[in-house]
Formats: sequence, C-alpha cells, structure tokens
Amino acid sequence: MSDSQTRTGPSAAAASSEENPERRLNMIDAINDALDIMLARDSDVIVMGEDVGYFGGVFRATAGLQEKHGKTRVFDTPISECGIIGVAVGMGAYGLRPVPEIQFADYIYPGLDQLVSEAARLRYRSATEFIAPMTVRSPFGGGIFGGQTHSQSPEAMFTHVSGLKTVIPATPYDAKGLLIASIEDNDPVIFFEPKRIYNGPFSGFYDKPVEPWKKHKDSVVPEGYYRIELGKARHVTQGDALTVLAYGTMVHVAEAVCADKGIKADILDLRTLVPLDIEAIEASVEKTGRCLIVHEATRTSGFGAELSALVTERCFYHLEAPVERVTGFDTPYPHSLEWAYFPGPVRIGEAIDKILKD
Amino acid sequence: MADQLPDSTDAAHTADRSNKPSLSLHVPEPKYRPGDTADFSHIDIGEAGGMPRPDEASDPAQMTDFAYGLVRVLGEDNQAHGAWNPKLPGDTLRKMLGYMALVRAFDERMFRGQRQGKTSFYMKCTGEEATSVAAGMALASDDMVFPSYRQQGILIARDYPLVDMINQIYSNKADKLKGRQLPIMYSARDYNFFSISGNLATQLPQAVGWAMASAIKNDSRIAATWVGEGSTAEGDFHSACTFATVYNAPVILNVINNQWAISSFSGFAGAERTTFAARALGYGLAGLRVDGNDALAVFAAQQWAANRARSNSGPTLIEYFTYRAEGHSTSDDPSGYRSAQEREEWPLGDPITRLKDHLIAIGEWDEDRQAAMDKECAERVKAATKEAEKNGILGHGLHHPFRTMFEDVFEDLPWHLQEQAAQAIREREIKWPDSHPKDGAGK
Repeated sequence: MSDSQTRTGPSAAAASSEENPERRLNMIDAINDALDIMLARDSDVIVMGEDVGYFGGVFRATAGLQEKHGKTRVFDTPISECGIIGVAVGMGAYGLRPVPEIQFADYIYPGLDQLVSEAARLRYRSATEFIAPMTVRSPFGGGIFGGQTHSQSPEAMFTHVSGLKTVIPATPYDAKGLLIASIEDNDPVIFFEPKRIYNGPFSGFYDKPVEPWKKHKDSVVPEGYYRIELGKARHVTQGDALTVLAYGTMVHVAEAVCADKGIKADILDLRTLVPLDIEAIEASVEKTGRCLIVHEATRTSGFGAELSALVTERCFYHLEAPVERVTGFDTPYPHSLEWAYFPGPVRIGEAIDKILKD
Repeated sequence: MADQLPDSTDAAHTADRSNKPSLSLHVPEPKYRPGDTADFSHIDIGEAGGMPRPDEASDPAQMTDFAYGLVRVLGEDNQAHGAWNPKLPGDTLRKMLGYMALVRAFDERMFRGQRQGKTSFYMKCTGEEATSVAAGMALASDDMVFPSYRQQGILIARDYPLVDMINQIYSNKADKLKGRQLPIMYSARDYNFFSISGNLATQLPQAVGWAMASAIKNDSRIAATWVGEGSTAEGDFHSACTFATVYNAPVILNVINNQWAISSFSGFAGAERTTFAARALGYGLAGLRVDGNDALAVFAAQQWAANRARSNSGPTLIEYFTYRAEGHSTSDDPSGYRSAQEREEWPLGDPITRLKDHLIAIGEWDEDRQAAMDKECAERVKAATKEAEKNGILGHGLHHPFRTMFEDVFEDLPWHLQEQAAQAIREREIKWPDSHPKDGAGK
C-alpha cells in the first residue's frame, strides 16, 4: 500500500459512501469520522499523539486528519505520555479541547500523575477557574497477541479517581456518538477503545472465522454529527434468565455465549463506567434476580468488584443467586497463553450455569 | 573452535580488574551541617556586568557560556553594570522594591498567623523575592504564569488583593477556592495565574501546553513557569523541556535554585556535577544562569526570554541562583540539617537590601523613605489580615456549605456524589447539631 493510499484510508471510505444512508463502518472508521467531524465543528479541538499525524496512527484512527485539518490541529508528539497529558492540561487551561491519543493503554502510566493529580482535580482545586476538558483516547484490552505490554485493561484505576469519566464503546455506532459526547464534555474523559473489536465484533470463539463489522447491525453509522449521552447503558438483548453487565469486547463475547447456550439474558453494555447507569442496572437485576459481571481486566479490585458491591447493596432482596464475576486472571497478560487467560466462552458458560443452577 | 573462545572464568576477563578497588557509591553530602562554619568562597559569582547580552534570537548552541556563567547587574558598589542593565526608571525600581518589601511583610505576618493557630500551613519566600517579583514585572500582565508554591511575589506584583490571599490561607468563608486547597495553593484566573498544585513540577508541561495553544491560535501571549531546582529531577521537567524545544513553544522555564529542597541540598538534583541552566544545552533550549538575588538581573533575564518567546525565537530555561533563607515551610526546621550561618554568608546577599542600596546609591531613595515604606507594608498587611479575619479562620466554624465538598468534582453532580452529599449533610446534623446555615454551614 502506498503512502497516499495509507493516509486517506478511512476518510476516503467515509466520503465514498456519502450517498448511502445505511453506511457501514468498522470501529476505526467510526472513530476517525467522529474526530473529523469535531475537528471541523470546533476550532478548539486538536488531536495529538505518537504517530497520529502524517502517518495517521498505528491503528489508523487518525488517518487523513492531518492532511485535511492541518499540522497545528493534528500532530505527532514526542514519546512522552507525561508530556502528552501535561501539555493537554495546559491547552485545556488556555481554552482548547485536546484529544490526545495514548498509543496503547499499557503506555498510559507515565502520564498518570498528570491525569490523576492534575487533569482530574483541576476544576475542583481551582473552584472552576480552570478546567481540563480532554478526551484521552487509547486502545485497550487483549486478544491480538499483544503480550503483557499491549493487552492490558486498566479501566478500574481510572474509575477509582474522583474527577475522571471512563467511557468504553462496544460498537462503531456507539464509538462515534460516545466519542463526540466525550470531546464535548467539559470534564476529562478516558476513552478506552477495545482494539480486539476495531475490525469486527468478537464472539470469544477465537478459533472461528472473524466476522467483519459490516454484518453487524450496529455498524450502521450515520453521516454527520450525533452524540450519545455519557452515563446511559445500552440494552444489547432483553431477557429474564439473568442480567449480564459487560463493556467493550466482552459485550460481544457474552452475547455469543448466551446465544450459543440458548439463554435469554438481559445483557447491558454499560458504555460508561463513570458516570454509571445505576438505574438500568437496578431495573435489570430487579427483573431477573441474577447477575453476571464480565470483564477482561484482572479480577482483584477490578471494576467488577464495584459492580458486584453495588448490585448487592442495592438489589440484595431481589437476588436469587450470588452475583458472579468472570474476569481475566490476576496475572500479567501472557503472550502465548492468551486464549487460556482470556475470559472466554468456557469461563462465562460455567458462571452462567452456576448462577442458573438453583 | 569452542576451546578457543574465552569463557566467563577466563583470566583475560578478570585479571585486569584484580588490582582495582571495588565499586563504591557516591551519596552527595552538603558542605555544611548544623554547627559548621559556612564558607562559600568556592562559589564563583563572577563580576557584575561581566557577561555580554546576546541577541534575543541567538542560536542556543552559541550560548554555552551563559549556562555556566552568572548574569549579574548590581555590583558591590551598588551600581548597575553592563549590557544586562535593564535601565529601569526610578519609579519602576521603587515599585519593584515596594512589591518585594510587601511580600516580605506578608510572609512575616502569615508565618506568625500560622504559629498563632489561624491556619494549618504557610510557606515564606524570604531571600527569593526577586525571582518572582522582578520576573513577574518583566512579563505582560496577560502572559500566563504557572507558578510553584513559592511565587506569591507574582500575585503581589500583579496587585492581587492581599485580603483574597489571606482568605485562601485561612480557608475561610470568603476563600474563592472554597476551602479546598492547602494554604498558599492560590488560583487566580483573572490575574493569569494558574492554579498551584502540591505535586511538584507538574506545572512545567502544562505551561508548555498553554504556550503551544497560544501558538496554535496565533495569539501574542506567552507562558512562564517556575520550579525549584530539586524538582527538576522529576520526569515532568524532561517532558517539558522536550515539548518546549520540539514545538519551539513560547514559554520560559524558570528554575529557582535556592540550594535546598526541604532538607536535601541541590546535590541531590545533580548540582555537584553541573549547573541547572546547563540542562538547557542538551535540549537545544536557550539557557541563562542568573544571580537570583539581583532584582535587575532577574528582570533583565526574564525580559530577554519574554522578547525571545514573543518573537517566535524559542523557549528559554533560566536558572536563578539564590538561597532559601528560611525553612521550607511552617512544618520545617532547617536548624536540624544545615548550618545556621549559611544565610549570612551567602555571597549574593539579600535581594531587597541590594535593590534598596542601589536606589539610594543613584539618589532615588533614602533610609527614611525605606523605613516609612516598611511601616506602610506592615500596616497594609495588618489591615488586610483584620479584614480577612472577619470572614473566619481555619478550624473556627464550618465555613463552607457541605455540598461544596461534592461540587466541581465534575461539571454536573452524578448520582453517586448526590448520594454521598446527602450522607454528609445527614452526618452534619449529628456531629454539629448547633451549626446553622447562617454561619455558612448550610446545606
């Protein structure tokens, strides 16, 4: 593929389908579309990160954007997550709305002090004199043989910090609408993109052929601007057998397992962890009386622990079985044993059987 | 073949080390500890007027000498010397002296206030007044400053109301920051003064980011930031220098080398090996090393860097060589780790005395006017203190409605914070049943 082809990939794809109201995009194209729209709508939006400029990002999420919007709106940065987040705080103080990309969620830790102590606290500590309205995009999660430094799911760390919002889309339609809402939000948002499903939803059956997004109903991504309010969960399937709380890749895995087992589950895609749609969770658990929580992240102090506590505190008298968590193991993400680590159909299936036993 | 290859036990690998001493770790140690006689004659302070003033658009590679020398203007004869003399009119010099004296009077009273139990904490900048007052005066009032915790002089030089500073220090009901921040962690957006963080050096990349934004928007405002020499060891300093040079950001990075980071002398940030201004060289930043107790040199250096930044000629890193004359904070007692003599032996003197002596030497000032000014400063601070005390002091009453504890975590209050706010208000009725909303403790 030549440079020019590389650089115009997703935008060209989006443009060529302008007459098609049923335009289908994968998640990368949907994210690119959201960034493109926000760069055009708001001159205060800037996109920056390692390799995001001329090259268009290692996952191509920013392809074509520098060429279209200019080098001072979309640019490469030094390999310094502390610097990327730190300058984004200063840009926010100036009045810009930066959208920094951290190339992999695993790389975010050098920027943690700027996120946790600075971006998250600025509104509070300055009593609204200064804010840090940034959307930190970052691919996260495993399933692509990324090894322990390209597979982590560190979302719980950010939900633990007062002042940060954490958003995780599971479909192309949601990725676009949630990203636009995140960029427009006046609080700092951690926007984790499940990279395993950038190019197609994942059933968890890793040995089956990959399904492309175009066969999935939620790959229909309308042209132009739309937003999905942060803090509203999405009903994936309706059912009475049990409630499944999931987000990102695991939404699709849980859906496939339930379909495979012929179970009518109430599957909620949480979409944002903070703020959390507690009303949707309570309504579902009160209806089903059983709750399974699924995430790919490590188990101990994972977000599933918070969800389990909330469901137990708020829905205890509706529960007919203990709340179950299916998670990754408390180990680093192993390279060769990726599919042994991944909380796939076997682990989820066992948990469902256990919940439904009585 | 194998028997021809040396293995790890081969004599050839170890023989040449056999007569060498074993490795030893160097742990820096300051020259003087409590009880020692301090002698700073080893510090080369050069001569006032000894350094040339390079063009503001100079290539950093041609400015190596400025990273190791010391820009000085005020000499032993109390006259201004050399190309760096900013040639300020008498009125400006008197104003500068007045701000510095006011900072010192303010520090004295706030320190005392903390000892009297009016607040929890305070930090003086005694001996370092020039590095914030004179530097602040060299910037435009709409330039954005990202200070560390010892730059109260910038706020004072920008005529920020003393009573608002004290309200913050007392965390009282008029505190604009709603009692949320440790004393002296000011924020003053209307004065282009960024919210101070307690986490060190985080303001450096933020200042660079602000400057980048100003450049992206083709604005004319620049940013300046201050950091202690100790926290140049933080990764944020490296990130800031890298981003500043990569994007040629219109920013000034001020390093206040006051020799001490709480009890750790500058050697723990690398001062035994090189200067802090020399950090600039590796990044390709312009670097200046300046007498931080010489208000004219401080002003001139900051002005040089501001002109450079404003003309797209690039960022500057300035080391202000100074001395922290008092403790780190009200929680610190420096007599436990350094010689009490250091302050009086410091070869660069006191910044206020030096500027005063200069004004007198050029016939623009006299001791009587100085005494009158000092008295007026003390009275202004006293009056502001009394005014602020009407709004309460820390620990006396619940100054802020409990809901303010939960507001501004986010722009809107999500359900979990609403629930927690209700809990706090319920607890108030149990813990402080006599408190009443009219005391400022309302819901």
